[in-house]
Amino acid sequence: MKNDASKNFWSGILFGLGTVAFIDEVVFHQLLHWHHFYDLSTPSIGLVSDGLFHAFSWFATVFALFLVADLRKRNAWNKKRWFGAELVGAGIFNLYDGIIQHKMMRIHQIRYDVEIIYYDVVWNVIAALILVIGLYILKKNPSNSSRKAGEDNALT
Amino acid sequence: MHLHEHSAAEIQVVELIGGIVPFLLLIFVYLISVYYTNQSYKTWPLYRILCWILGLLSIAVSLIGPIADRAHTNFNAHMYTHLLLGMLGPLFIAFAAPTTLLLRTLPTNYARLVSKFLKSTYVRTVSHPITASLLNMGGLWLLYTTDLYSAMHDSKLLYLLIHIHVFLAGYLFTISLLYIDPTAHRTSFTMRATVLVLAMAGHGILSKWIYAHPPAGIKINDAQQGGMTMYYGGDLIDLVMVIALCYQYFRNKQTMVEKSIVR
Repeated sequence: MKNDASKNFWSGILFGLGTVAFIDEVVFHQLLHWHHFYDLSTPSIGLVSDGLFHAFSWFATVFALFLVADLRKRNAWNKKRWFGAELVGAGIFNLYDGIIQHKMMRIHQIRYDVEIIYYDVVWNVIAALILVIGLYILKKNPSNSSRKAGEDNALT
Repeated sequence: MHLHEHSAAEIQVVELIGGIVPFLLLIFVYLISVYYTNQSYKTWPLYRILCWILGLLSIAVSLIGPIADRAHTNFNAHMYTHLLLGMLGPLFIAFAAPTTLLLRTLPTNYARLVSKFLKSTYVRTVSHPITASLLNMGGLWLLYTTDLYSAMHDSKLLYLLIHIHVFLAGYLFTISLLYIDPTAHRTSFTMRATVLVLAMAGHGILSKWIYAHPPAGIKINDAQQGGMTMYYGGDLIDLVMVIALCYQYFRNKQTMVEKSIVR
């Protein structure tokens, strides 16, 4: 079923986005204390963007997992493609966070009282790498393999 | 002086008992209905009874007792009561399915009146996710970004009205998104998911706004503590709502698959 191919893709993207937001919160906010809860120089647009993304990432994580549960029940989960899409979602979100939210909206910086440019470069290069690896995996595992999995299923 | 302290403590105890009685009554009525209707209908699930008790407990703790007393002077304690009254309490009450129990308990002609009310234009309007979340989030933004918060602590009437609003708006918001009781006017999953994400974002943004801009009369440290309580506490309860909403979506899909097997 064509629908299942896009479900595999989108649940991967959503889960990637959600995982990154979760790691960001746990590692950089709670464990390392590099990020600030609220950098008082944040303009309102940054506050709104951060709020929307934070809320959406919670929803994305949970919804993505229920989509996987649904796909698995119908034997239509394409693990490899899903994983590729997850990396793409993770990479895109990190680039958005690293370039638009940190630099352009100035929500908060990666770390304070340090030469920030190195941190920014490492952050965005890693994000781009994750994105490229994800795209490569997606290319290696075209969506018709999941379509096949869907056709095997008597229900579709 | 000893005598004076004693009587003050006594007054407190009397007030506490007076405050608890209505909640005990509500638990009692619920239990009686469950017992009575179990005779003729499917056995009422135990978890719903637990949810009803926990919901009423959340509301009671936010209105009477030590945390509620501290909430008058301590902003962080106020945030805890706000989370209990406006979010956790309503969520538990929604899971207790009180409308279903009411319809099960009432004689048919009275039950018809209730369901007629549930189908009315009024209920359709206020229980729409957009209206319900505006009533919920709008009320909070008004409370914390205007002088309403300090005015609330000067007027008993205002205090009462605001607390009733916080609970009712929280409950309305919860049942506009999660369908546990019979719901006459349903909206799509996409609509409810979108509204939930926007409302969560609104809650988070308001928490950070409070963190940076203390309401009148609140010290910056207290506002920061309270803002973070609101942010993380709100997230936790919202997460439960997200899981419940997505679970309902998943169950719905499963039923559709099962139906297609039968066909």
